[in-house]
Amino acid sequence: MATGTTLSAAISLGAPLGRLAILSAILIVLPLSFPNPFFFDVAVKVGLSAIVCVGLNLLSGYAGQISLGHAGFFALGAYGTALLSIKLGVHGLIAAPVIATVVGLLAHVIARPILKLKGHYLAMATLGLGIIISIVLNREIWLTGGPDGLSVPAMRLGEFKLRAIEFWYWIVAAFLIVAVWLAENLVNSPAGRSLRALHSSEIAAATAGVDVPRAKALVFAFSAVLASIAGAFFVFAERFITPADAGFLRSVEFLTMIVFGGLGSTYGALVGAAILTALPQLVAAFAEYKHVAIGIVLIATMIFMPRGIVPTLADLFGRRVGR
Amino acid sequence: MLADFAQFTASGLTRGAIYALVGMGFAIIYNASNIINFAQGEFVMLGGMLTAFLFTTTGLLPIWLAVPVAIAAATIAGVAFYRLAIEPAQRAGLATLIIITIGGSVLLRGIVEVTLGKREFVFPAFSGESNVQVLGASIASQSLWVLGTLAIVAALLWWFFEKTLFGKAMRATAQSPLAAQLVGIETRHVLLVSFALAAALGALGGVLTTPITLTRYDIGIMLGLKGFAATMLGGLGNPFGALAGGLVLGLVEAFTGGYVSSGYQDAIAFLLILTVLMVRPGGLFGRVAMDRV
Repeated sequence: MATGTTLSAAISLGAPLGRLAILSAILIVLPLSFPNPFFFDVAVKVGLSAIVCVGLNLLSGYAGQISLGHAGFFALGAYGTALLSIKLGVHGLIAAPVIATVVGLLAHVIARPILKLKGHYLAMATLGLGIIISIVLNREIWLTGGPDGLSVPAMRLGEFKLRAIEFWYWIVAAFLIVAVWLAENLVNSPAGRSLRALHSSEIAAATAGVDVPRAKALVFAFSAVLASIAGAFFVFAERFITPADAGFLRSVEFLTMIVFGGLGSTYGALVGAAILTALPQLVAAFAEYKHVAIGIVLIATMIFMPRGIVPTLADLFGRRVGR
Repeated sequence: MLADFAQFTASGLTRGAIYALVGMGFAIIYNASNIINFAQGEFVMLGGMLTAFLFTTTGLLPIWLAVPVAIAAATIAGVAFYRLAIEPAQRAGLATLIIITIGGSVLLRGIVEVTLGKREFVFPAFSGESNVQVLGASIASQSLWVLGTLAIVAALLWWFFEKTLFGKAMRATAQSPLAAQLVGIETRHVLLVSFALAAALGALGGVLTTPITLTRYDIGIMLGLKGFAATMLGGLGNPFGALAGGLVLGLVEAFTGGYVSSGYQDAIAFLLILTVLMVRPGGLFGRVAMDRV
């Protein structure tokens, strides 16, 4: 609690670059407190969720377009990168950006018809998209290994095998900083303002000259690319992926993280991703009651802090964060 | 050929009936509150699991008593869910409410997982494992129970919404909650009854289909999502649209499973709904709402 409040108070102090410096400092200092590789593993998982959430927050938090299917893009990035390197021998460093580009283009193409829908209809469409992806991954066993998952050999760089989770921690941390920097820049640009404008009223935004379908398609594609890259890193670091990582519940978890942290706040998305990813991993003791606990936490947070943790705590300190 | 066709039609209608019951619950709650209750599928699970627990596992009650007790318990769970989780957060945004109902769904599933376990539950068909021969297809007697009950429920709902004062109050609230309040309708009661009715419909569906499909603590997720798809197919906010949407969905699934590929049966529902939404954003029988600035 104490660290959380000082953190949000500190974040609210700085300008965008100042906040980025604080985030970097935390990411550099944090590993000093890790007693064993398990903590690095949890931190990598947190970082990857955070990357997805930073993108999803732009889409759902700023532009107001709910997605219940983003785990699908994460899985496309993961499986795409894995299969390209296993089946065709493409090096991961090339496979990951190639797949991310493909996923981005794909998302851009489907964005226009899908994002015409609003509210629950949009939720249904994105949900359907994610489920179709996860069903294909489950069924095409010859390609994906089916429900048992897909093992991926460690990435090689010359003679070295990059299997150490500590190494991937630094890569994921670096990319997370880049993602946050991109997102914060976008938010404070004309493109970001047009996203916020179409959030409050699409017709008003269009009247003011915002190309609404284009803006929505771009932010949808951008969030899909971030999810796809996070998926690729997941495969590199964990060397194993199952269709469950593409499932409906994963998509719900991503949405929950950004709402829990505070919709429309990039740092809220980070806090939400950190708490909701790390907690179930670290408190394995009550695994049996995991679902009961998650259900209660979800309902209670939404009732008592409907705006999410970071904005609520920031208000407690009399300052506004990330808005 | 004809026998195949009849067989697929029968299994499609049986499947569709459960989607229809779940979907009508979605529509009733949406009408009263503009909320999509993602916990809807869990009441199907509760109905089946509780009946199996009361009748098969413990033998506490005979089947004709276990069924109403299970449905009543699921209904109470629905009311409690509304009181504890939905009512305190009613002014929240769309994403928040979606997460609350998903939280409720995870919670209900978790409670059943911890108390009743992860194994499959079943109880015998109401009139034994007999089959009826129609046009060369052999149809399980339980399917007739499912379809017959669906017809009766649909008729009762129609009577309730069209002929009773409270049903009319619910329709008025769906039109405009504020105007309904102005003419003296207690909209909170309407909401409460909507959640109770939706939970009861779901539980009834679970009770009817468990002898055919078995049940388990986690069947509610997929059923809920498909019920949601059925509601969307018929156009949100019309229980009878959801009824039609559910039956169409069941038929399409059964025919795809029969003639094309059984592996992709589950994907069809979502492919269908994506296509429909792109062509007709308001669903098959729905209207598109106008936007105001």
